[in-house]
Amino acid sequence: MLGQSITKNSLILGGFAVVTAGVLAFTFSLTADKIAEEEKRAATRALSEIMPAHLYDNDLLSNTREIPLEQQQLLGLEGDEKIYIATLNGQTTAIIVPMIAHDGYSGAIKLIAGIQKNGQITGVRVLSHRETPGLGDKIDINKNDWITTFDGKSLTRPKSERWAVKKDGGEFDQFTGATITPRAVVNRVKQTLTYFKKHRVQFFSQNDGNSSGQEN
Amino acid sequence: MNEYKEISFNGLWKNNPALVQLLGLCPLLAVSGSVVNALGLGLATLLVLVGSNISVSLIRNAVSDAVKLPAFVMIIASFTTCTELLMQAFTYELYQILGIFIPLIVTNCAILGRADAFACKNKLIPSILDGFAMGLGFMLVLVAIGAIREILGTGIIFGNMHLLFGEAARSWQISLFGENYKGFLIAILPPGAFLVTGLLIAVKNIIDAHMKKRAAAKSKSPATRSKRVRTTDNTA
Repeated sequence: MLGQSITKNSLILGGFAVVTAGVLAFTFSLTADKIAEEEKRAATRALSEIMPAHLYDNDLLSNTREIPLEQQQLLGLEGDEKIYIATLNGQTTAIIVPMIAHDGYSGAIKLIAGIQKNGQITGVRVLSHRETPGLGDKIDINKNDWITTFDGKSLTRPKSERWAVKKDGGEFDQFTGATITPRAVVNRVKQTLTYFKKHRVQFFSQNDGNSSGQEN
Repeated sequence: MNEYKEISFNGLWKNNPALVQLLGLCPLLAVSGSVVNALGLGLATLLVLVGSNISVSLIRNAVSDAVKLPAFVMIIASFTTCTELLMQAFTYELYQILGIFIPLIVTNCAILGRADAFACKNKLIPSILDGFAMGLGFMLVLVAIGAIREILGTGIIFGNMHLLFGEAARSWQISLFGENYKGFLIAILPPGAFLVTGLLIAVKNIIDAHMKKRAAAKSKSPATRSKRVRTTDNTA
């Protein structure tokens, strides 16, 4: 008797599992393409925001390079972030470097920066952060355009010792009530520029006559 | 007809999932920082609630009591995942903002509560209406909290609505206090969610008390209903 009811109940549950799995599979197959497309578009949008269109003619997403393990540390990275290579007519013109600032007010701040061949920044964006809403979150382009003050800057402009927030004697604004967040971002960008200066050869040396796009 | 009116009133006001039953507080407090977030999660919850009520009502005679709950959870989980996929496909940026709270709809007690307390004992039409009324009641509270927090915290309302309604909605944003409004920070921070929710509950209780007094004065007979309207009808 008991055995019978167990059999019956497990059949019912099994039936449910099959039906719900079917519904999920159906929805998934309906949306999979669209989701992949949206993800790609979002990623491209983030990249193209900091890379002026006249600097590249390739598909940034498919032209990436792994970052060697010993260099990841210099950028504060801990995962499988990649460097995106921008090329124009087959010549590398700029790269987009991922980086993470770990000394923010609340957790890691993920950033990307576009850097031209000559070391000039084309733009910096925050990808994700958990800074205090209303204070530290002004590093987000949606809240404030502070992050655009990096545009056009390089290691020599301003001079190295001026690469800091105003409170530390530098020339970058901090926010009212929030110094830690912009300080973390400014320092991280500066370190990344230093990294770029040291390792730029590996991106621009073998100035690729061969067509771009195949270096996944 | 009266029954339908009762069901709607129950979900929207008398037994409002957010203000009276205090169910689903986790998403309620976490994503009510702005109208667009609140509306996005509210709509998703509404969709799942109606869907789960429909299916639970349809299969209510086919499942035995022993496997009732796992079956309901399976239904709710699959509706939630479908909603998640759809949001990812059509409102990708909003999906990114709401993040973990979309899959967490599964754990919103309001949904399992309605499946167990109402849909599995009632016919299809009342169950749909109940899911709709409860979901709408939840969404309205969520949006109200979102609006209050957004206004106090940032001085604007309907910001970023394009995440949900497309580019045309970008211009819906209204700045209420001008450019120099500094923002009442605590409203956006987590404590603000508790404060605003508490205030809304208080306001509801005041209105209830007021209406009861009026009703009592009208009929001249003393009210026989229980003093607190905090019932959760037939939930266990």
